[in-house]
Amino acid sequence: MTTLKDLEITYDKPNWCPGCGDWGIWISLKNAIVQLGLNPWEIVLVSGIGCSSKLPYWVKTYGFNGLHGRPMPVAEAIKLVNHNLTVIVVAGDGDQYGEGLNHFIHAARRNVNLTMMTHNNQIYGLTTGQFSPTTDIGEKNKATPVPTVEIPISPLSLALSAGATFIARGFMGDNKFQTELIVDAIKHKGFSLVDTMQPCVTFNHKNTFTWFYERVYKLENHDASSKTKAFEKIQEWPLCYQLKENEKEKIPLGIFYQENRPTWEEGLPQIAQTPLAKQSIENRDISPLLEELM
Amino acid sequence: MIDIQWLIGGEAGYGIMTVGAMMGKIFTRLGLSVFDYVEYPSLIRGGHNAYYVRASSEEIFSQKKPVDILVALNRETIDKHKEELSANAAVLYDPNFTKVEEGEFPSTVLLFPIPLLEITKQVNADKVMINTVTLGASLALFYDDFSILEKIIQDAFGKKGEKVIAENLNTTKAGFDFVKKNFRDKYPLKIQSKPQENLLIGGAEAVALGAIRSGVNFAAIYPMTPINTVLSTLVAQALKYNIIVKEPEDEIAGINMAIGASFAGARSMVATSGGGFCLMVEGLGLAAQTETPLVIIEGMRPGPGTGFPTWTEQGDLQFVMHAAHGDFPRIVLAPGDMNEAFDFTMHAFNLAEKYQLQVIVLVDKYLMESHASASAEEFKIQNSKFRIERGKILTDEEVSSETDYKRYAFVEDGVSPRSLPGQMGGIALNGSDEHDDRGLYDEASENRIKMMDKRYKKLESALSDIPSPKLVGDTAPPLTILGFGSTKMPVVEAINWLKKDRINVNFLQVSYLSPFPSDVVSEIIKNAKKTLVIEGNKTGQFEALIREKTGLSVDHNFRKYDGRPFYPEEIVEKVKSILT
Repeated sequence: MTTLKDLEITYDKPNWCPGCGDWGIWISLKNAIVQLGLNPWEIVLVSGIGCSSKLPYWVKTYGFNGLHGRPMPVAEAIKLVNHNLTVIVVAGDGDQYGEGLNHFIHAARRNVNLTMMTHNNQIYGLTTGQFSPTTDIGEKNKATPVPTVEIPISPLSLALSAGATFIARGFMGDNKFQTELIVDAIKHKGFSLVDTMQPCVTFNHKNTFTWFYERVYKLENHDASSKTKAFEKIQEWPLCYQLKENEKEKIPLGIFYQENRPTWEEGLPQIAQTPLAKQSIENRDISPLLEELM
Repeated sequence: MIDIQWLIGGEAGYGIMTVGAMMGKIFTRLGLSVFDYVEYPSLIRGGHNAYYVRASSEEIFSQKKPVDILVALNRETIDKHKEELSANAAVLYDPNFTKVEEGEFPSTVLLFPIPLLEITKQVNADKVMINTVTLGASLALFYDDFSILEKIIQDAFGKKGEKVIAENLNTTKAGFDFVKKNFRDKYPLKIQSKPQENLLIGGAEAVALGAIRSGVNFAAIYPMTPINTVLSTLVAQALKYNIIVKEPEDEIAGINMAIGASFAGARSMVATSGGGFCLMVEGLGLAAQTETPLVIIEGMRPGPGTGFPTWTEQGDLQFVMHAAHGDFPRIVLAPGDMNEAFDFTMHAFNLAEKYQLQVIVLVDKYLMESHASASAEEFKIQNSKFRIERGKILTDEEVSSETDYKRYAFVEDGVSPRSLPGQMGGIALNGSDEHDDRGLYDEASENRIKMMDKRYKKLESALSDIPSPKLVGDTAPPLTILGFGSTKMPVVEAINWLKKDRINVNFLQVSYLSPFPSDVVSEIIKNAKKTLVIEGNKTGQFEALIREKTGLSVDHNFRKYDGRPFYPEEIVEKVKSILT
């Protein structure tokens, strides 16, 4: 039985800003691991660079803290080499939707069995408040002398078109709900995305906890097996136009889409019996190959 | 003594590579020493392809300039290569499509008009099979027994089925018979077969075989000339040896995948060319900082930008020596021929894992896409002598007794024992931030210095595993040649030619460029009467490296940067101009 205590590290503690949504994700993730009864040594958290990507420092599992935008390919290969491991990518919107957007799309189409958790705060926090790929249209900040006309990336619709087999949105105002989403995502066999709205309390003065509380609602009676219905729901937010007067966004939360499809690892007869990491590489006989060259 | 160079030229798409490779095989099975070299543009159909196969009864190491048998699949081939013909060269062509003017060639040149297309029609073969007609026709010039080619075709096309074998046998035999019937004994040179001792191998195949032998089980390779054959060779063996070979979305993903795989316990590699390596540079730094073992095959071709994609150059030396921001240790080694491509690649994987370093195997288009005879015996010895050394990977038993495991523990040799994810007791963070011994970010001044020094300590420890460069050739000759990588092949060839003219030189090949063997190279330069650096780039990158590492200058240099390899003729001329 894994307990929260097993996941605790004693030599350091998180240094996120007080009130930051990252705290909630950290707690939800640990709760999900406990709930699933996973062994900490059989989990790898792979992260990029940014506030969110420091999370692996503070959970006692295996961790790989890589480059900005590049955690996904690292994680994909870890899963191929040892598919007994639970692999979770933990990174921000700058990582996953900016610098490393293409890796996300390719991982989705491969349906590699891992969970991608995006801490989406719609801003660059660690570099003190520049706009991110998910910043709302019309926002003005350190990186934009005029309000931006760029429409935000819609991670969920990208995931849907790219072939992700589990697509969900969470919000850090509800830890319990977030834990449930992470549990479902990890349990799902295939590529799962949990895009998590995580307000940056220091630099994002628009998309605050209060702002979200006024707009979020949970998906109910939604048919998550239908791509068309999923797409319809996904279109509700983010918006690609400036709000009209008296108009207010509605932000659905929950599982938008889920399907079963063979995973990337399942397509490899090389690892059908034993994970690659457990196979011996000794004593390979290459003499037949040399013979062919005669 | 036989020393003959055969050349087939024509449009891309006419199977020139296939018959070129088979011609090499014919000479190899006849017991000759073979070297082949190919020139082609970056396109799929059209354009001019040229495949040179040189064969000799003595051991040879490179292509040469004169062409003794020219197979022209079109008129362009004659126009482009007429000047290369030796005095008694043979020219094979289809007179119905390639017009040859009277007096176009010196009278000593022998013309062999062969109705290639008509022959394919007679045996009901597709017109693209004219290439194989010329193969049979070429063999008939100098050898009487068709069965040697029959066997090669059966070996080559065995997997493709009886129909393909029969088609190829029909066309090659028809070409062979046509020459025997119409031009019996017109070509004066006959080859007597000798017992075969060599295999014929390409540089890319040698690298791939080395990787397979050394236990590679994960490769992420984005296609790029000149490493595509590494990818295809690994893919062909992937199921047999349980290797996961993935074509990533780009080179950035490729190197990050290879890093993830290595972290999870695989023997891991990437292969690319300079342009792809540009994209990988960020990942190289990540591997260095996280101390993740990795082998990188870098096949140089002329840059910058897209450059000269299907040609050769040694222009990435200084780039790989310094690639990525910050200071970190790396191993760079440059094989000079097929045996070394095999041997160094095997060794590269051991070095990477034993010292938790990134090892760059620096090759180029000339080495990767040429084929050369290599002693089969020597390959077998290298193969049987090689032992896989994985370094300090903790076993499940060792790691289970750990109570406070530290991934980057400070140890004497700098190489901290590595746990693998999945091992209880080995839980650790591999961090790309500057970190303490647990992998946690640490900004303290003392820690930074200790950690940097620890990483460099690994390079010092690796020195014991790195052979010193050796001077080959005469002691105390009037000239010492210095070089690295594939220039070894034409240099060794040229040295043999010079010997025949009673000119003795020796050669220092620096195979391990990082860590650079400063002491040995200094000693040799100081003791040499005169020195000449031969390298394939414009700015003298190797010469600059020597100066940087030894403080010494060399006397002469010979550089090429036109996309072509060095020819022994050019080296002989350069040496003679220095010594007279």
